[in-house]
Amino acid sequence: MSARAGSTRKRVISVVLSVTAVIVFSAAVFPVYWMIQTSFQPNNEIQGSIVNFWPENFTLKNYQTVLFDSARSQFIPALRNSLAVTIITVVVSLIFAFLASLAVTRFRFATRKAFILTILIVQMIPGEAMIVSTYRVLDSWNLLNTIGGLSLVYIATVLPFTIWTLRGFVNGVPIDLEEAGMIDGLSRLGAFWRITFPLLAPGLVATGVFGFIQAWNEFLLALVVNSRPAMMTLPVWLRTFQVQSGTTNWAAIMAGSTLMAIPVIVFFLIVQGRMTSGLVAGAVKG
Amino acid sequence: MSSIDIAVDAVPSGTAGERLGAPSHRAPSPKRRKSGGFTPYLLLVPGSVVLAAVVGWPLIQLVIISFQQYGRAQVFGAPAPFIGFDNYLKVLSDQQFWNVLLRSFSFCVVNVVVTMALGTLIALLMTALHKFFRTLLSIGLLLAWAMPALTATIVWGWMFDTGYGVINFVLTNWFGLGYHNHSWLINPLSFFLVATIIVVWGAIPFVAFTIYAGLTQVPGEVLEAAQLDGAGTVQRFRLVVFPYLRSIFVVVIILQVIWDLRVFTQIFALQGIGGIREQTSTLGVYIYQTSLAGGEYGIGGAIAVITVIIMMAISLYYVRQSIREEEL
Repeated sequence: MSARAGSTRKRVISVVLSVTAVIVFSAAVFPVYWMIQTSFQPNNEIQGSIVNFWPENFTLKNYQTVLFDSARSQFIPALRNSLAVTIITVVVSLIFAFLASLAVTRFRFATRKAFILTILIVQMIPGEAMIVSTYRVLDSWNLLNTIGGLSLVYIATVLPFTIWTLRGFVNGVPIDLEEAGMIDGLSRLGAFWRITFPLLAPGLVATGVFGFIQAWNEFLLALVVNSRPAMMTLPVWLRTFQVQSGTTNWAAIMAGSTLMAIPVIVFFLIVQGRMTSGLVAGAVKG
Repeated sequence: MSSIDIAVDAVPSGTAGERLGAPSHRAPSPKRRKSGGFTPYLLLVPGSVVLAAVVGWPLIQLVIISFQQYGRAQVFGAPAPFIGFDNYLKVLSDQQFWNVLLRSFSFCVVNVVVTMALGTLIALLMTALHKFFRTLLSIGLLLAWAMPALTATIVWGWMFDTGYGVINFVLTNWFGLGYHNHSWLINPLSFFLVATIIVVWGAIPFVAFTIYAGLTQVPGEVLEAAQLDGAGTVQRFRLVVFPYLRSIFVVVIILQVIWDLRVFTQIFALQGIGGIREQTSTLGVYIYQTSLAGGEYGIGGAIAVITVIIMMAISLYYVRQSIREEEL
């Protein structure tokens, strides 16, 4: 009798928990859904007295406006700038971080600890406090409103984290492998390049995606450093587009938001798979 | 795998400084590190040069300018005289600055408390769910996490739109409340309610996943033993689970405090959608307004230096913890 009551109670609890999970899921997903569904509705229909929860008259016109109506939207140039800055940031920061992480993991030298400490502290310096002087320093080097200047700032932003993280991955590659390679006739740098670098692939992907997301999403520095319309990146473009169209064209603004968010969501899901499996492995070991 | 690693091993979202994971392995014993002569220094050159040029040099410039009289005239070439602590005195005696500071800290405290509470509850929920619902919930949290802060703010701004927003529609038509054409952003308090919803919504996934990862490491036998000894659910959480997760909680809270104090994008973009700047600016936005929009570079510099000092003080514990865990 009591066992039965207990199992009923368990089932009730399990139903309540499942319902709660669905509610939390909905709250988490709703803004993403709302962004996408608005972007497929005609702009005059989202400004009616009735709110549609599903695009009744499905249209691609908003995407057409954002992508090809160059009088109203500079999406394509902004996309080009964002891609250029992002790619430069990811490639350069990975190379520099790989070199630095080799130094701190494979060698003994006087300033080793000081360097690691500096990296950790630099990472904690708030970027929004630095905007004024970053602006002035870039200005003095004639790097305002350039792809190179903004990339340089982003490289410095992601480097500390990338070095710190790659360090962990390099530690995971046994020194014996490099030593074996050196016995087989590779130079030390040759061993780093031919043996260690390929084994770091997961670490390079993870930190590369981190750099990608940072450079793609960054708003404040891009706003300050690349303010000229032709040099805007996507976030600055989106914000400008939103302010310019005001409350009159939310449908197109949502189309622009969707276009900007999609690459991030895709890359995010790629790393997340890795992270979850890493966490599970940790849990099993733990 | 130590507990701190998990807290650190999280995937980034839009905010600068968030971290993602390297499986952290034990460092090779220091004895195996070679001395290598100049090689390590050469390897450090590219990274160090970039950091010195783009972080070090501007930081020095920032400190210098904070002691100078530097306004619009100086931008156009007038000499910038050193005026000692005048900028700092001006900032510290300005009621507006204290308002902004108080606002930033209050916003931060509210956001951290709400995020931690909801994040912990969702993490606990995940441990109790069947696999299907847990996967469903994870996917939802992931999508929210992946949204760039700026797009998220603009989308929420649209949902809270005065005329055609879905929130006003639902509150009016489904619940019969008087929210027809209600403006959410004009009143500062309700502006910050919207900002809090946006920030908390974006921050919960990181907190929930991290704490969930920690929860899966609490040994089941210990919990069972506690249950046999008569500990209730709350007691088990407080006396068994919480001590296991202590260091994770500390790190996550510190990261949340730092990120929420530094909040810029959400506030700035919401102001662009329709808020009153003077009554809603937080530290980051205030620095931007004073220096770049207002042209008061010297005073903006002083505010920035004060901000850096506050942030560094808060981060110190986190840096120390990272070093201790990693035995450099």
